[in-house]
Parts: sequence; C-alpha cells; structure tokens
Amino acid sequence: MDRSELDLDALARLARLALTPEEKATFTRQLAELLGHIDRLSQVDVSGVEPSAHAHPQHNVWQDDKARPGLPPAEALRNAPAQRDQMIVVPKVVE
Amino acid sequence: MTAATTPLHYLSVADAASALSAGRISSAELTEAVIARAEAVEPRLRAFLSADPALARSQAQASDARRAAGGCRGPLDGIPIGLKDVIAARDQPLTAGSRMLEKFVSPYDATVTGRLREAGAVLYGRHNCDEFAMGSSTENSAFHPTGNPWALDRVPGGSSGGSAAALAAGEAVATLGSDTGGSIRQPAALCGVVGLKPTYGRVSRYGLVAYASSLDQIGPFGRTVEDVALVLQTIAGHDERDSTSVGAPAEDFAAALTAPSAPRRLGLPREYFGEGLDPEVAAAVEQAVSYYRELGCEVREVSLPHTPYCLDTYYVLATAEASSNLARYDGIRYGHRCAEPRDLHDLYFRSRAEGFGAEVKRRIILGTYVLSSGYYDAYYLRAQKVRTLVRRDFLRAFEQVDALLTPTSPIPAFRRGEKADPLAMYLCDIYTIGVNLAGLPALSIPCGFNRAGLPVGFQLIGKPLGESELLAIAHAYDRAHQWGRRHPNL
Repeated sequence: MDRSELDLDALARLARLALTPEEKATFTRQLAELLGHIDRLSQVDVSGVEPSAHAHPQHNVWQDDKARPGLPPAEALRNAPAQRDQMIVVPKVVE
Repeated sequence: MTAATTPLHYLSVADAASALSAGRISSAELTEAVIARAEAVEPRLRAFLSADPALARSQAQASDARRAAGGCRGPLDGIPIGLKDVIAARDQPLTAGSRMLEKFVSPYDATVTGRLREAGAVLYGRHNCDEFAMGSSTENSAFHPTGNPWALDRVPGGSSGGSAAALAAGEAVATLGSDTGGSIRQPAALCGVVGLKPTYGRVSRYGLVAYASSLDQIGPFGRTVEDVALVLQTIAGHDERDSTSVGAPAEDFAAALTAPSAPRRLGLPREYFGEGLDPEVAAAVEQAVSYYRELGCEVREVSLPHTPYCLDTYYVLATAEASSNLARYDGIRYGHRCAEPRDLHDLYFRSRAEGFGAEVKRRIILGTYVLSSGYYDAYYLRAQKVRTLVRRDFLRAFEQVDALLTPTSPIPAFRRGEKADPLAMYLCDIYTIGVNLAGLPALSIPCGFNRAGLPVGFQLIGKPLGESELLAIAHAYDRAHQWGRRHPNL
C-alpha cells in the first residue's frame, strides 16, 4: 500500500492531538514500519467472510426502561477540572 | 513448604481461607502481614501506584467481626486482594497509569470490585500498569516502572505487570488484572504465578477503564489454579450494566477442579512452537506436555493457520477501538486539562498532548489512520474478517481436542529498556493475542524456571465458556507441581 500520503498533521487533527515536530517525525517512521507489517493482512483471502465486531455474535441488548438512581451532581462533578454552580466551566464556544 | 510454615503473606487463598475458618489466624493478622511485606519491598519493587493501609485494616477488622458472629461470607472473606489501577473502587484513585487520570477519584465501584466487597475481601493495593493497559512490560506507566520480583532489573511483563509482581512478591494473596492481548497471561508467566483471562463476557467490564472494548476482559491472578477458580466464581456472572456480559451464570469453578472425568485430548498448535521461541521456554513447556501424557492425555498436533495474521489483526482492531474509546479524554468533564486554554480546540489538543504518553498517542494515531476515510475497508473491515477466520481456526481445533497447550510468552522476563522498538514489544504477545480475537478463556500456569532463575509459564486455551473444564485440566498439572508457591529472594 502506498504510504507516501501518510499525513501526520491530518491524523493528529482528527485525533485532537497536538504533536511536537519530534513526535511527528518519530510517529511517521514508526507508523510506516507498523503499517508495513499490517499490510500482510492483504494476503488473506477474505472473500465471502463475514466481519466480526465481537468474538461472540451480539445483537441488540435492551435494558428495562426504568428510572433508577444515578450519581448525585456533587459526585458526578467530583473530577471536573473546573466547575461553578453545579456546572462544568469551559472556554467560550460561540463567538 | 507446608501451609503451616509458609509466611502469612505467601499463603494461597485456599490455605488462608482454611486457616481463617479454623481460627488459626485472623484477617487482621493476615492483612497486617501483607501490609508489612509491601512496606518492606515496595521501595525496590514499585508494584503499587497507591495503597490505603488504614482502609484495609478496617475491612479486615470487619471481616473478623463477621466471622466471630457466624456470618462468614465464603472463601474470600478476610483475604487481601489487590486491583490493577484500571478497575474502579469507590473513593479510591483510578489513574490507569496515566497523567491524564493522575488526580481522578472513582465515584463508583466496578462490578468486580462490588462483588469482591460482597464476598468480604480486603481490598489493598492499586497496581501499576502500562498506560491505559497498552504495553507488555509496565514500562509505559507514566509514573514509574515496576521490577520483576525474580530479577529487579527485568520487567514483570504487562500491561498488568504490577498485579503479577505484587502477588509474586507477597503484597497480596490474589489480584485482579485486565487482558486485551495477553496482559494477564504474559505477566503471570514472567512473574511465576497463575493468570486467567476468562471468556469474553464472562466477567463484567463495568467500571474497567476501556482500552479496546471488544477484546478487554478482567481476570484473576493467583498462586495456584485453585485460587484463580475461587476468585473467578466470585467475580463472574451476568451484569446488566455491561451489554456484552453473557447470560451464563457463574459456576462452582473450584468444585469442578476435582470432578472425575475422562482423560483429556490436548492440542499443540504447530504455529506456536516455531521461530522466535526461546529454547529454555520450549523445554519447560515440553516437560509440561510430557506430564499430561503421563496422566493419560492424548496429545496431538493441530493447526491454527491464521496465526501469522493475529498480531496485525489485533493492532488494527485494538488501536481503532482505542482511538474511539480514548476520545472521551477531552479535558472537559474529568481528567487532565491544560493551563489557560485559548479556546475550546486549544483545550482539547493540549490537554490530550500533555495527558497521554508516547505509546498511547502512537496507538490513537494508528487507530485514527485505519478508521479514516479511504482506509477503512483495507484495514478495519479486513481485520474484522480475518478475526472471523481466526475464531473459526480455534473452533475447528476444538472439534478434535478439549484444550490447546502453548507457551505463554516466547521469552522469559527481559531487561528494562531492552525492547525500545514498538514492533519488538508487540511481538511479546504473539501467543496470547489470538485468544482475545476469538474471545476464548485461557490461562498461564507456571512450569519451572530457566537457568538464570526466571519463571516460565505455559498457556492452556479452552472452549468458549469452558472455564470449568479448562481449570480442571490446568489443576491436574498445577496441584502436582505448585511452581506458583515458590518465592523470589526479595
């Protein structure tokens, strides 16, 4: 598979990761090596084979639609990096 | 060494339970011995990320009081058990070995934690691991590496390295880890203890920090096969809070160990005994095979033809799932948030850059790539199809045999820093990864030591939900050899 278009900037943008120039260089080299290994999957004849999302076939699993107690607000907010009046504080989203 | 002369911190769960029920020891004494042992070895071993001795002492006292009042809750009542730091325990830290969760405190119990509490276990020690369970040496922990109790300059394996090392060193009587590609079995082999990955869905994942959800499974470490059976029957069973939990009820796995049965048929997959297998590991595994032959088992060679593709399949599926699962760490609701973000985007990008270590970033990027437009069919969808073929290989082999016997790890414990290259590290898991892809139960049982004194383990792989039979086969070897009861000179 052609690896010339391995665009670390685009991937980092999709993954919401700020990467340093050193990280970009290292990951580009390592990803090319790993993908070179992974490309062996193209040797396998998968025609007519169903994909498995899980090891065991799983279909819709429903829970009873019943109200039940959840975490109280103070508990749910316990790990929030910034909070005020039982709300999580974030930078301004809409200009 | 007999149970009567074994130091308390090295007792098996079964021996400790009988000593407790006979009144020879109290949970307070047992817990104190484990705490003292941890205080003695932790400065050198560093298997813990945190521990709460005061809480453990109060749980031990409660257990002793229950027992005195005639209300003992079973074989785990009063037994100190430690948890890998990816399993939630209410009001305790939960870091997953990551700076991202350095200050996180669990608001609730994982289902397995709740079941251990109900069984009266004393929860002591939160164990070091590779960050978000990604690794095979525990060197990817953001906080510090952990030593191998048999050779401190070597790794304990990973990602559940802290849980294996803590048990081998006497800092717990049993522990729980998690296994996505071998993360219970490989450290069990490298530290000389028993480690079981149950069938996918056998044990609830509710309250487990997610890495690759279609592969992750919680399981026990113990000094003996009997011990892992005792812990498994406590933590297994359906849980409506995990939609992948199977309906099968927990069985009496410990009782099944000694149930009379016909001699079994064992399969040796030829793809697991080839290039890259250390000769001393091969010899120790061969001796275990010979023992099964002496017991009257029929041993035959079988083939799992898609084995050469397991590693590649795993690194596509696991990284794809990880890139999606770890999107939740955005610096908003919990976890690390960068200082003075310029705007929301800056907050996301820098919080994640500062919170995640190199291996986690590498896997997120690879997972993002294999899921991205134009590559999805070539990588992700194709890997899901190969996964179907891998599972078929196993199910076909189980038409001929009752269990598969393989080495657990191609090599014994390696030196810290020895595998700096990601691919070299990934190859540590070649014998364990197929089991996760196929969702099967498997365990590693210690089978001796190499000339350098490092433990070696072999792996037994069973049919889906076949833990009772698998554990019985494992027990037949383990009760006669008991390698997991040997202690490191630490």
